[in-house]
Amino acid sequence: MRQWALILWGVALCLILVAESSAAKGKTLILATTTSTQDTGLLDVLIPIFEKKTGYFVKTIAVGSGQAMTMGQKGEADVLLVHSPGAEKKFMEDGFGVTRRLVMHNDFVLVGTAEDPAKIKGLKSAAGAFKKMASAQALFISRGDNSGTHAKEKDVWKVAGVKYEGEKWYQQTGLGMGQTLNVAAEKKAYTLTDRGTYLAVAKTLKLDILVEGDAVLLNIYHVMEVNPQKWPKVNIAAAKAFADFMVSKETQEIIKTYGVDKYGSPLFFPDAGEKLEDLGK
Amino acid sequence: MNTSLPVFDVRSLQVVRGGSLILDVPSLVVAEGEILVLIVPNGAGKSTLLQTLSALVKPSRGEVFFRGKKIGEEIPLLQYRRRLAMVLQEPLLFDTTVYNNVASGLKIRGMKRNEIEQIAAKALERFGIAHLRDRSTRTLSGGEARRVSIARAFATNPEVLLLDEPFSALDPIMRETLLEDLEKVLRETRMTTIFVTHDRMEAIRIATRLGVMNAGEILQTGSPDEVMNHPVNEFVASLVGVETILKGKVTRKNNQTFVAEVSGQEIGAIGDPDLGERISLCIRPENVSLSTTDSCGPRPEVNAFPATVEKIMAMGFYQKLHLNCSFPLVAFATSRTLSDFLLREGDHVLACFEAKDVHVIRDAACDTSRLR
Amino acid sequence: MDIILEGIKKAFWLLVSFDPEVLGITLLSIKVSGSATLISLVIGITVGASVALTRFPGRRIVVSLINTGMALPPVVVGLFVTISLWRNGPLGFMGILYTPLAMIIAQAVIATPIVTGITLAAVQQLPAKLRLQILALGATRLQMLWILIKEAKLSLLAAVMAGFGGVISEVGASIMVGGNIKGYSRVLTTATVMETGRGNFDVAIALSVILLLLAYLINLALTQIQQRERRR
Repeated sequence: MRQWALILWGVALCLILVAESSAAKGKTLILATTTSTQDTGLLDVLIPIFEKKTGYFVKTIAVGSGQAMTMGQKGEADVLLVHSPGAEKKFMEDGFGVTRRLVMHNDFVLVGTAEDPAKIKGLKSAAGAFKKMASAQALFISRGDNSGTHAKEKDVWKVAGVKYEGEKWYQQTGLGMGQTLNVAAEKKAYTLTDRGTYLAVAKTLKLDILVEGDAVLLNIYHVMEVNPQKWPKVNIAAAKAFADFMVSKETQEIIKTYGVDKYGSPLFFPDAGEKLEDLGK
Repeated sequence: MNTSLPVFDVRSLQVVRGGSLILDVPSLVVAEGEILVLIVPNGAGKSTLLQTLSALVKPSRGEVFFRGKKIGEEIPLLQYRRRLAMVLQEPLLFDTTVYNNVASGLKIRGMKRNEIEQIAAKALERFGIAHLRDRSTRTLSGGEARRVSIARAFATNPEVLLLDEPFSALDPIMRETLLEDLEKVLRETRMTTIFVTHDRMEAIRIATRLGVMNAGEILQTGSPDEVMNHPVNEFVASLVGVETILKGKVTRKNNQTFVAEVSGQEIGAIGDPDLGERISLCIRPENVSLSTTDSCGPRPEVNAFPATVEKIMAMGFYQKLHLNCSFPLVAFATSRTLSDFLLREGDHVLACFEAKDVHVIRDAACDTSRLR
Repeated sequence: MDIILEGIKKAFWLLVSFDPEVLGITLLSIKVSGSATLISLVIGITVGASVALTRFPGRRIVVSLINTGMALPPVVVGLFVTISLWRNGPLGFMGILYTPLAMIIAQAVIATPIVTGITLAAVQQLPAKLRLQILALGATRLQMLWILIKEAKLSLLAAVMAGFGGVISEVGASIMVGGNIKGYSRVLTTATVMETGRGNFDVAIALSVILLLLAYLINLALTQIQQRERRR
């Protein structure tokens, strides 16, 4: 008879979980964003504030940039917080988004070992640095996962006009930023990373920032609500509330100071309301 | 309970499997309180018969009536199965204590805890395994396991007990003991029993009615005396322990007696065959006595033949003697007798048996297959 | 090597200080995998025992499917469950994507063939005539099934351990259908992957240590039961 008790207990547990899960659909917001965004820890600070303020339950789904965009295109997310301007523009043109608003930016930096075999340290041009790495056949680790970082990297290669696909010194991990940095440190290679992730793991890795500041290395974040006319199930009210929240004055203040106490410098630069051309330090 | 109706009335029962007929019983009747023992030389058909009777196997043709009601139609199968008990060849005990095994049939019937306790305790007592109550069945010896298996069947208080070679693969002493105990319980409870075995000693010991089965057919049933001494054909004869089967021709007749010529010798028997008919003569070894003198004793109508002892085989409790009287003759003797008479292979004796102990099988029934 | 030592130290610290987030993650791991295993037991044992005991046309195909299911890649299960549970997918109306319930479902799908396959083998191994003996004792088909399951309990406990082991260690499907949402659908395995991805190896190792400890303790308990049954 104990067996029956066990089974009933199990069934009861499942029912409780069902109840928990299906409660308040209208109060749930699905936010699709990127792993690198989540890895900075910024959302861990902002989301609880948003939830408290509005009563929405936010499900932050952190995936690669490509997958985040696709989720928006398929109506499986309510709002996107991403940083792939090219893909975003197409997203809006195809009518998948309602509005696209600038939130913040951080930047990418080119990192490598202190030995710097390709001698790119201090170069002002990212494309120039890439050219030099290619000609030196220096080992370069790419994320190769269609993420925002990967997209940015491809852009720079394009500007540099260098062949990199299939070359022996060019390796793709298909992994997240933190792991890719580890691989690069392990293999004493170069890689392109967002400043935020770098700062978060810098203390454990022997990689230095070699090239920074080039305008092309800016990593710009926008927030977009998914269009309910394409996908009626989208929780547009919650999406709008979140987008409004991200560009609000209070939130922008928090973004401005985030990371200072931990890393000595902020990870992001708030840009709500500004014009794209004015960005950059 | 209506005791005038037979317990089992089997009609035209046939079971076909894989295209062949593995059970063919045109008729079988089992009366109340009977202990029917079927001697079966090998597995063919015996298990199927018991399984059909206990409604575990559906017959391809034919019907089984239990106390006048047709099983499957007038009695629902589950109810019916709960009125019987079957003990299979291997003990097949459950992996738990002896008590739980014996009580399992009762638990299945949904009886209450204290009722089960009473009945199970009694069954354990009856089969002498009360002291094994809390032991795991994994630790039991072969004989103990059989007792548990039988106690388990008995505990359900069945109307009929079916046993499928329950004592096979046990040593003779264990068999003897178990058989004795079983017989006692069967007689006390007057349990209607169908018992299948290949051991004819067991059969003779316990049966109130004896049957012989082979290849899915029942060749003969009757009282033990009938079947043992008047087997209907050679096959049955050999199964029931007739060691000597001789082929002869009827040369003389007189009233109810006749003489048959076998290998140049004349054997006197009782019966009424035709002159010149070819017949088989069956002589049980127990009915052959030996004499070291010139005569068989006071009775004159005795068949007496000088014989040479060709071979002496030790059979455990007794010795089997193969004699040559111009025809082969098998006799039994105890070791004592042999040593008293100083009989050895090669010696000459006088073999004696009475005419009434010669069983006649007429030619028509002489082949070992079908009996009508 | 010292990175592993660091990890173990951190694990100890997290546990001893009852770090609420780690506690929550651990509890959720037990809840989700425990429920999934229970479901897989109920379905798996019944189906496995029934298939073992019944002859029906196409039985061999069913048995092959069950055996193939035992090697089903969890990530494949995750993918298909996700696609089914998408808001605009066939079961989207249930709205359970990115919830612990979805994780339970995916894990149950992974564990059930394992439990079914082992039960099937265990029951088939029982002596052929045992079934007849049980029926001869007057059992209904259901009672017979129950008694046979009890007879196979040693092997069935192995099935429980295999099923549970398969899902407590599962990560691919859990991430896909659960979303690894902090404080909601994050379990030990998904958290470990996330921390590794971020490069926080010490935390990742700590979580791994806790996961191993959990798996070990539960299997210890089950093994005790199994060996106790054996000794009786």
